[in-house]
Amino acid sequence: MPDLTEKKTSGDIPAQRTADAPAPKQEKARSLGSDAWHDLRRKPIFVISALLILLLVVIAIAPGLFTSVDPRAGDLRNHYLTKPNYGSFFQADWFGYDLQGRSIYARVIYGARASVVVGICVTAGVTILGGITGMLAGYFGGWIDTIISRVTDIFFGIPLLLGALVILNAFTERTIWSVVFALVALGWTQMTRVMRGSVITVKQADFVTAAKALGAGTTRILFKHILPNAIAPVIVVATIALGGYIATEATLSFLGIGLQDPTISWGIDINSAQKVIRTAPFALFFPAGMLSLTVLAFIMLGDAVRDALDPKLR
Amino acid sequence: MAENILEVKDLVKHYPLTQGVLFKKQVGAVKAVDGISFELKKGETLGIVGESGCGKSTLAKVLMNLERATSGQVLFKGEDISQLSGAALKSVRRNIQMVFQDPYTSLNPRMTVGDIIGEPFEIHPEVAPKGDRRKAVQDLLDVVGLNPEYINRYPHQFSGGQRQRIGIARGLALKPEIIICDEPVSALDVSVQAQVINLLEQLQSEFELSYMFIAHDLSIVRHISDRVGVMYLGKMVEIGSDEEIYDNATHPYTQALLSAVPVPDPAARESRDRIILSGDIPSPANPPSGCRFRTRCWKAEDRCAEEIPLLAVPTVLKGAAAHDSACHFPEVRVQAAA
Repeated sequence: MPDLTEKKTSGDIPAQRTADAPAPKQEKARSLGSDAWHDLRRKPIFVISALLILLLVVIAIAPGLFTSVDPRAGDLRNHYLTKPNYGSFFQADWFGYDLQGRSIYARVIYGARASVVVGICVTAGVTILGGITGMLAGYFGGWIDTIISRVTDIFFGIPLLLGALVILNAFTERTIWSVVFALVALGWTQMTRVMRGSVITVKQADFVTAAKALGAGTTRILFKHILPNAIAPVIVVATIALGGYIATEATLSFLGIGLQDPTISWGIDINSAQKVIRTAPFALFFPAGMLSLTVLAFIMLGDAVRDALDPKLR
Repeated sequence: MAENILEVKDLVKHYPLTQGVLFKKQVGAVKAVDGISFELKKGETLGIVGESGCGKSTLAKVLMNLERATSGQVLFKGEDISQLSGAALKSVRRNIQMVFQDPYTSLNPRMTVGDIIGEPFEIHPEVAPKGDRRKAVQDLLDVVGLNPEYINRYPHQFSGGQRQRIGIARGLALKPEIIICDEPVSALDVSVQAQVINLLEQLQSEFELSYMFIAHDLSIVRHISDRVGVMYLGKMVEIGSDEEIYDNATHPYTQALLSAVPVPDPAARESRDRIILSGDIPSPANPPSGCRFRTRCWKAEDRCAEEIPLLAVPTVLKGAAAHDSACHFPEVRVQAAA
């Protein structure tokens, strides 16, 4: 929008009418969102976690930038205790080899993709599904709320690992997408609850009543008034949960019910490394360390975002 | 006087009380508004006073069609609007708008002032053509005494009084004929209250608005109102011009309410004689039989428990005291020493 302060001077405005208005200042209008962003940029925790996540995403998109070694190529002459090849930078197998002679470094790099894809897709899935159901339950109430809330309770009662075991066993071939499906199916209820509570709070605000009094339709009220004001807690929970979904994917893969071998996942590598933990602890350390770092980055990001979005601190 | 722009006839709003989770059974009702009739004339300000929980805000919501009336009629220029829905209701909304009590929750914090005041135009595109909207919003800001350059600001950058002006501008956008003000100044500082009240009066003469002004501050209601209605427990107990109510109140509840108005002069405060009501306001789910005020009234007799007093001009009273009052024993209270 054009900036009016440039064109007009304050002298044009009738003096007696601007009784409780301070003199106009040449300042940019700042929304609550841009205020939050302004706060975030100054937080070291946010900057560190955001950089880490950025690095992870780059690794996930283009693992070839970080190593030119094929993570699936196993040379059976190499094993845990072989001295790694420190040749040229991109060829180096920094962390040694696993049982089948594959480069641990290359596998850690390539394993990021599964984690990041599962984390982001599951979060997107639960946010959309939970957001819609939570908004419907919270806004309309009545029998819609009763049905959605009871279904939520039922899903909440299913133990995550048991439920995932049942769902994933139904797939003949388990890919990243089957893991995403299982986690979304079991995880959406958390977002439904957060969204429902948040919508119930917002819908009682006077500005919603005012919009109704103006004759606004349900769509306008939901998407212009309720959603923008109710979404903050969902974003916070989603960011923190993202790390949790990555950890859950690794757990499932570790237990052998998640991703399967041609796919590279930190969970699978942790599983194979734990058998040799006494002789070669570093084989466990690197995939597990990357996993912890990733989860930590997302949880730190969620914390920073919560601090910035929480209106009570403002 | 001018014609009636709004007529309310036997308006009732009951909220059902239910028991049971799956099979809901109605066990009673909260009688928030229980048979209220009054009329609002064009260009007039009708003040509605009463203590908290007497149904003032419910009345406003029912008039705005934000809550469906249980029974009764709301006639806008002779047409019953209380049962309208869909497009017909939407077009009626252009004529009746509302100003809210709390300027902090009545403006969407995620929208700019321009979007908030421009929203009525988006909902009713026929009021202002698309190209003129920005200009229309700036005109409205100017009308309510805000700098039109503030159009891109967000509500949290304004003070309470300024926010209330934004709320008034939003109410004015559709050029309504009636504005219902639900305690529009009770959340503001006293100095800012005066500014907002003056703004409302100025807008009334400028745009020929009719106000229904709900408040619990009796002196502000007296200042702004042409007529005043007093509510108690979902019923209108007395209604009349401001002199009739403030100087010649005949209903005991009105008299008690008026005697509670703070007096700034300590000497006068000592000498005046206050009516102190005993007890609390009864539950609107189970109101007393007959006259609802009888449980707290010093004049109550057996007749008050049996017979519901009607809101009508009592025959025993003459002159300024002769106005609608729902009491079996109406009389003007004689002040001990004024």
